[in-house]
Formats: sequence, C-alpha cells, structure tokens
Amino acid sequence: MYLKHALRAATALTFVATAAAHAQSITIATVNNGDMIRMQGYTDKFTEATGIDVEWVTLEENVLRQRVTTDITTKGGQFDIMTIGMYETPIWGANGWLVPLEGMSAEYDVEDILPAMRNGLSHDGTLFAAPFYGESSMVMYRTDLMEKAGLEMPDAPTWQFIREAAAAMTDRDNDINGICLRGKAGWGEGGAFITVTGNSFGARWFDEDWKPQFDQPEWNEALTFFVDMMAESGPAGYATNGFNENLSLFQQGKCGMWIDATVAASFVTNPDDSTVADKVGFALAPNADGVDKRSNWLWAWALAIPAGTQQEDAAKQFIEWATSKDYIELVAENEGWANVPPGARTSLYENPEYQKVPFAKMTLDSILSADPNNPTVKPVPYVGIQFAAIPEFAGIATQVSQEFSAVYAGQQSVEEALEKAQAFTAEEMEAAGY
Amino acid sequence: MARAVTPRRKSLNTALAWAVGLLIFFPILWTILTSFKTEAQAIASPPLFLNFNWTLENYAIVQERSDYMRFLWNSVIIAGGSTILGVIIAVPAAWAMAFVPSKRTKDILLWMLSTKMLPAVGVLYPIYLLFIRLGLLDTRGGLVVVLMLINLPIIVWMLYTYFREIPGEILEAARMDGATLKEEILYVLTPMAIPGIASTVLLNFILAWNEAFWTLNLTAVDAAPLTAFIASYSSPEGLFFAKLSAASTMAIAPILILGWFSQKQLVRGLTFGAVK
Repeated sequence: MYLKHALRAATALTFVATAAAHAQSITIATVNNGDMIRMQGYTDKFTEATGIDVEWVTLEENVLRQRVTTDITTKGGQFDIMTIGMYETPIWGANGWLVPLEGMSAEYDVEDILPAMRNGLSHDGTLFAAPFYGESSMVMYRTDLMEKAGLEMPDAPTWQFIREAAAAMTDRDNDINGICLRGKAGWGEGGAFITVTGNSFGARWFDEDWKPQFDQPEWNEALTFFVDMMAESGPAGYATNGFNENLSLFQQGKCGMWIDATVAASFVTNPDDSTVADKVGFALAPNADGVDKRSNWLWAWALAIPAGTQQEDAAKQFIEWATSKDYIELVAENEGWANVPPGARTSLYENPEYQKVPFAKMTLDSILSADPNNPTVKPVPYVGIQFAAIPEFAGIATQVSQEFSAVYAGQQSVEEALEKAQAFTAEEMEAAGY
Repeated sequence: MARAVTPRRKSLNTALAWAVGLLIFFPILWTILTSFKTEAQAIASPPLFLNFNWTLENYAIVQERSDYMRFLWNSVIIAGGSTILGVIIAVPAAWAMAFVPSKRTKDILLWMLSTKMLPAVGVLYPIYLLFIRLGLLDTRGGLVVVLMLINLPIIVWMLYTYFREIPGEILEAARMDGATLKEEILYVLTPMAIPGIASTVLLNFILAWNEAFWTLNLTAVDAAPLTAFIASYSSPEGLFFAKLSAASTMAIAPILILGWFSQKQLVRGLTFGAVK
C-alpha cells in the first residue's frame, strides 16, 4: 500500500518536474531603445541553447523606473530580471534588494567589463548589475559648418571655445543654431546636463556635510554661462528640448553642435535617418578654462536580478548570455560593428574591427575620463556624476531642474532659481535626516 | 416657439462645427498619417502632410515585435468586464438614490464623486500590496475589479441622473400591479432607461479602455492591455515616432470604430432628459 502511494507520488513529482523544466520561463522588464529591442530579436537563440523561455515587458524609461521600483520595494516578484541604471543599482544593492552577481563563469570574464562601469554598478565592491551598454557624453559637431566658420575643433575643447564656435556657426536666416543642448525639466533630462556642466565649472551638489551648494559662485557662473550661450546661439524654446528634440534638430541639419549621450553618435551618422550623416565630428565634452574636470557623464543600462525571484539561476544564465563577448560578436556578425552595444567591455575597444567605427575612440575616451567617485573638483560625499546616488536625489533634482528650466524660459533670473534650489534642497535634505 | 434660423447662420454654424470637429480630430489624424511615414519623414521640418512616400513598414515591425492580439484581447476583457460589473452594481444603487432617497443621498453622491479627485498614485502602494497578498498581480480579474471601482462613481452618477428623469408613478403602477423589486428594476426601469444605460456603458468602456495608470502598474505579461502595448514603443532616447504612431493607431482603432458606429446612441444617451 505504502509502496503504491510512494510510486504515485514519485510519478506525480516526475510529471511536475518535467513540466517545470519545459516551462521554465523568465520575465524581463526593459526600456525601449535600439540595443534592447535588438536583443529581444536574438532571444530565440538563448532559448534554443538553454530551453529557457523569455517574456519581455518593454516600457518607456520613466514608466519602467516607477514600475520596477514599486515591484522591488513591495517584493511583488513580477520580474526575474530588471533593466536598471547606475543611479538605482548601488542604492538597491545596499538595501539588499538585488542578487549579487557572483560566481559568473570564467568565460564570462567579469574583469573585462570596463572598470568605470563595474564600479558604478557595484556596492562595497560587489557587482549587482551587469552592463548591457554604457555611455558617456561628448560633443557632436558639423564638420562642414566648423570649417565654414574658419575654426578647428580640438579633441578636448573648453566651454569658451564651444561658445565662440557656436556663435560663429549660428545662421538664424537659414535656421541653423550654433549649439543645441538639453533644457527640459527632469533629473535625467536637463537636470543631468546642467549637473555635469556645473561639475566642469567646479560646482557640486553637496559639500562633505551634505549641505547644498547652490549658493556658491560656481553654480552661478555655470548657469549664467549656459543661459547666455543658449540665448546667443541656441534654438528657440530650448527650455523644453530633451534628447529626442535635439536629435531631431541635429539630424535635420539645424544644429552646429550638440553635446549629449555618446549613444547618439550611431543615430546622427546613420544615413537612413540623418541628413548630415557624413559631416559629423566628435570631441570630448568641454570644461571651463582652468577647471580640471570635463562635463561628461557616465551611465549604463544594466541587467539585475531582484532578490526573491524564483528563477535566480535562469536569470543569471540570461545575464551571462546577454552581456557576454559572444553576444557582441553575434550582433556584429549579423548587423555590423557599428550596431553592437557599446561602452561595456574593454575587449570591444581592443577589437581592430570596432576601432574602425568613427565614434568608437571618442566614446571610450569619454567613458574612461568619467569618475563617479570624483565627479567635480572639490570633494563630495556622494557617488555619481550627473546624479548623487541617494534615494532623495531624483525628487530633489526634478524640482531643481524645473527651477532652472524656468530660467531658460525667461520666467525668472539665475539668482532667483539658485536661491529657490538652495532653500528647497536644504529643506528636503534636513527632512531626510542628513 | 422655435426661433427661425437663417440659411446663412445655419451655414456658419455648420462650418464652425466642422472646424471644431477637425481641430479635435487633428491629433488623431496626425498620428494616423505619421504611422505611414518613415522615421526620418516623421520628424521632417517643415512637417509633411500628404506628400510623402507612404509605407506600411511600421505596422509590419510592430506586428513582428509584439503580440497585438494578446494585448487587444486583454483590453476587451478588462474594459468590458469592468463596465458590465460596474453597471450590475450601479443600477440598484442608482435606483435607491433616485427613487427612495434618504437625507444623506446627496452627500453620499458627492462623497463618491470626491474619491475621483484622489491622485491614483496616492493609493498605488496599498493596492499593490493587496494585489500581492491576493495573488491578483498581472491578472485580468484584478484589473476588472480595480477599474470597476474607479469608474463606479461615474456610472452611479450617470445612471442616477437618467433614473431621475423617469416618473416615479410608473414604478408605483408596476408595484401596484404586483411587481417585485427585482421585476420593477429589470422589466420596468431598465427598459425605459436603456438609452441612458447604453451611453453609460459606452462612456465607461472608453474610460476603462484608455486607463493607463493601473493597467501599466498592475500588469506585466499575462494581463497587459493595449496601454502597455503603446508604452512599449515610447522612448526618451531614440526617435521612434513613426513606430509609436503605428502602435497608437492599432490601439485606438477598435475604440474609434466602436465610437463611430455608436455615436448616435451615445449622443442620445448623453442628451437624455436634457429637453423636457
């Protein structure tokens, strides 16, 4: 009798186990950008190799951020892998919300991940997310307009040169703006840009005691410079321009220069979409005269595993596959080297084929020159270049960037905006217990 | 006595109505046109109206990347289910408020409506936690309940307004003829209020179809409706306006067609009782 029961139970367990093995499936939340969409197209290869099905939840960046934050803080368990950035990773890692990415295989070669990326995605030396692609920011400029203006772009320009060149390239009659930059409110939009601009003028968000620094002269100098330069040479209504608006302007030949994410290089040099594809040059992001810090940021979209997932092993397998050297080669084989996910691995930049891509070197130089631990000239208590990796930052920086956007729109003065930014930030930081 | 309208004034009114109609419809028209452009044409300046190379490429890409039918089916179930459930609950509630009001009826109605003023994000975490406990995350059933609750105040208000237009004497007569409460509501009240109920159903179906906060936050794969389908084509880093427009056109097409065919019913219901 007992034997009969035991046999039945064993048979049932075998069925369940077999069904589970066949039905193993992971759910990945991700952003909608070219590299991520391309990866979805290759997922079948992963499933063929491992038998693990992959379900994708693709969302717009801000929606994704809210969605995965809600899920991870409530332990909702909706996702086995989340696409997160450099801002969230150290905070969530410190809170114990992510599975440490330890014990990756030797072929995966963790040491090959660019040190800047590895550091930015770690907490206390433990890697919590693997970079799928990384980016910094750099100058993209029209070589023909620069030549026409009788100027030559140095590899490492200063803000003063950029301003002079922008003025010389501006041709209002032909709807050409010397420079296009982000002014749109939002911590990841105009907020990120003005933060790195501030860094390159020696400004910082907080001093070592977490006291806001908007009342310091460096911020005034940076913001005034930005506003004056954009008034002289920027497009009308730049206060509402973000990445997409400037990309559109640049692709239509309406910008002499654009300083933004290195990932934009592949868009502006793509002849299918850009009218100026063969007239684009690249340079490092500028710094102010005498300030030894450039205005380039560092960002990575990375894959992380939320703690509590039931599919930890399968999720790790996927991350190993998606962020491996083999995956890069797979994309290169099918779509060319210009389309591989950039900015994550050292070996990619040592590859002679990739070195032929026009923006490869400048992208690497920009990433290598970014240091999240020392984002500006003076010491800071936070990690991050275009952000401070503390939970309160997103809310505070969104409000501050709204004040700055109001300056760009001519609704208030630089001094008024800085005064409000200082008061608001001080109040929020005090309330948060800093 | 009706005032005579001169032909000139009539033409002017017609032209004005067309102008307002076109103005309101223009964003939808532009979305549809953009869906047939290439990404480069979608951002061209000056904008291209009709003189571009029409292409179906965006629809092909969207179809290849996403399982449209799954999203559509989820939208139909969620919007339809929440509306039907809402009406089933709201008809008796509105009957009670319209025909046997208490001293507090007006206050209750106002309180119900005031819940619509609460920002949804304010209750996101409690509802999310509740859904985890009840195992309702990413289920169509969970969303049917949430959207029904969200739209219930509007359904009750609309039905209450329609029921108030029906003379109470007719219901009294039915009662005198021996109708039970259930029969009174089902066989006397409901048939008389059909135009009102129909427009309530249509309006709430549209509201539930377009709802994009809860449907994005409480779903992942299995229950994701067309709002999630559209959201997957929006990107702050990359110009995918043509593809986004194609996805939007596919998402709004069913509700646009439904609205087009039922517009007479909708207008009739919305103006029900407006002229006595």
